Amino acid sequence: MAGPIMAVLLFFLVLPIVMIIVVSFWRATEFSIIPAFVWENYEFLFGSNVTYRVFFNTFKYAAITWVFTLTIGFTVAYFLAFHVRSLTWQIVLFLLCTIPFWTSNIIRMISWIPFLGRNGIANSTLLSWGVIDEPLEWLLFSDFAVILAFVHLYTLFMVVPIFNTMMRIDKSLIEAARDAGASGAQILWNVIIPLTKPGIMIGTIFVVTLVMGDFITVRFMSGSQSANVGRLISNDIALLAYPSASATAVVLLLTVLIVIGILLRFVDIRKEL
Amino acid sequence: MTKLSRRNVLQGGAAFAAGSTLGAPMIWAQNIKDVTLRQFGTGVSNLNEVAQKVKEDLGFTLEMTALDSDSVTQRAATQPNSFDIADIEYWICKKVWPTGNLQAMDTSKIKNYDKIVGIFRDGKLTPDSTIAQGTAPHSVGFTSGPEGTDFVDNESGWMTLIPTIYNADTLGIRPDLIGRPISNWSELLNPEFKGKASILDISSIGIMDMAMVVESMGEYTYPDKGNMTREEIDLTMAIFTEAKQNGQFRAFWKSFDESVNLMASGEVVIQSMWSPAITAVKARGVPCVYQPLEEGYRSWGGGIGLSAALTGLERDAAYEYINWYLDGWVGGFLMRQGYYSAVPETSKNHMSENEWGYWFEGKEATDVITSPFGDPLAQAGEVRDGGSFNDRMGAVACWNAVMDENQYMVRKWNEFIAA
Repeated sequence: MAGPIMAVLLFFLVLPIVMIIVVSFWRATEFSIIPAFVWENYEFLFGSNVTYRVFFNTFKYAAITWVFTLTIGFTVAYFLAFHVRSLTWQIVLFLLCTIPFWTSNIIRMISWIPFLGRNGIANSTLLSWGVIDEPLEWLLFSDFAVILAFVHLYTLFMVVPIFNTMMRIDKSLIEAARDAGASGAQILWNVIIPLTKPGIMIGTIFVVTLVMGDFITVRFMSGSQSANVGRLISNDIALLAYPSASATAVVLLLTVLIVIGILLRFVDIRKEL
Repeated sequence: MTKLSRRNVLQGGAAFAAGSTLGAPMIWAQNIKDVTLRQFGTGVSNLNEVAQKVKEDLGFTLEMTALDSDSVTQRAATQPNSFDIADIEYWICKKVWPTGNLQAMDTSKIKNYDKIVGIFRDGKLTPDSTIAQGTAPHSVGFTSGPEGTDFVDNESGWMTLIPTIYNADTLGIRPDLIGRPISNWSELLNPEFKGKASILDISSIGIMDMAMVVESMGEYTYPDKGNMTREEIDLTMAIFTEAKQNGQFRAFWKSFDESVNLMASGEVVIQSMWSPAITAVKARGVPCVYQPLEEGYRSWGGGIGLSAALTGLERDAAYEYINWYLDGWVGGFLMRQGYYSAVPETSKNHMSENEWGYWFEGKEATDVITSPFGDPLAQAGEVRDGGSFNDRMGAVACWNAVMDENQYMVRKWNEFIAA
């Protein structure tokens, strides 16, 4: 069994990454790339304060998105696992959560644009209710819009693993806690959350890697006005600067690996699975 | 054989004349139906209607791929075997030509060469006009010989690109939302339009729009907008970064559709725009004007280049395609959308008198002007924004360009976007 899997991983995962690392040391002119071993791509990357700003922005998006997807995802999963009693309804409601995922995530993202626009549905509704006097400009083409789209797109990646681990919590543990006199909040904090940690961690890894690797959501929802690392890479590629794009990709990859490494220090997923 | 004779009748001998100069039409006429030429380029001229008409008139198959400017450059520079015909802009040519991925074209095989407008030959629209700044098409239009990878400053008989399409660009505005006349590029950064302006996020074109604005504001006069020094780039970007941080811009756009949506939805009331985008906004019933400005236009031009790998029958077919391209049908098709053809006089035969008057001569429309796709674009009595061909192309202040400091500029552009 191990042989074919290794071969597939080697060919489709390790080889491309090695290639990216190799190219990150190459040189580029405007229309060609030249095999070499130079550090100039990294020098430029670490020498520019734009890089730090953009990485900071990327972390900011990831952190804020994480807080919202975790809160919403945990609540939804909790409701499904502990409040909905029949298995049939659990499955029905769970499938309901996945319906939006039957369409492309770009379409789901873009459909926010007319909704949030200056003359969009959100603004005209608020205006007609008299809540606001003039259209809210920050609804669209702003960090708010970017985070909103991220939360909308990625909450399900939180719901699924958390729901999965919650379903495997032995209900008698909760009964025992209640018999021992624990309040609802105490049960949640001392029993359910510790037992749900692996699910939370898997969901976190999904959300953090997806947000940190994204470029299209940031581009569309910020109206090209904000940048994250993905956009730096895509700009470089568009301008034929593959070595510089590779160098940025390598740094991003390392950053994400470090983040995941830190996350895994908190929970041993393998043990908990 | 029936195909050949029908074609001659249809084309009134034009194709025949082209065919005879290429020699042995009898032989290739039978094989040419099997020829498939792969063309790629930006969306503006990669139109399925052209491919259909080629099949009808010339008999061979033209496969079209439309990409954005960056992807086009990338493909032309890195994948020479993935195409036969590159439909690219002149500034892209400046980047791609030195790679040797395109082959020089013999102007003696181009039937309408002598009728190509001066802009693409000696750079002058009329004998006494001055040449605008930037990558003017004639400066990268000729090479030293069949194997040349350089550019020469005279009509050497070997062309890098055969010009096909060009236009003069300016700012698009929503007259209904602005409510007063706009006559300068500097209005783009007028605080009056805070949060309602946009500029395009394609560095090589955006920087030129920026330069037009900076000059119009009186901040700086560039010796050559098309070839800025590092200091000039820094200065330009600083002005725009400050405006961005003050919330001047609603968004930046990269694709044609984005620019149409921004304008049509009222998110933006003044922005860099391309001529057919104006048409698309108008077609939705939203008023939109391609505003002529005192400082002049930022112009661009595109042409057809042949892949270096193209030989034999395919190359003959490509030359026939080029001759057909300049023969008028495509020109008329493009001019009825607001672009200009490299050989306007042949296009005239494929346009009505009203259309020719409106689009080329800047006269009042005598009847409804419709696009080739049937959308009404102007009513009787309306005049084209900017007037006649000579008024518009004569007021070009700069051409889209690639600078010597291009890489520096691109880095600064990225900083601007991230700022």
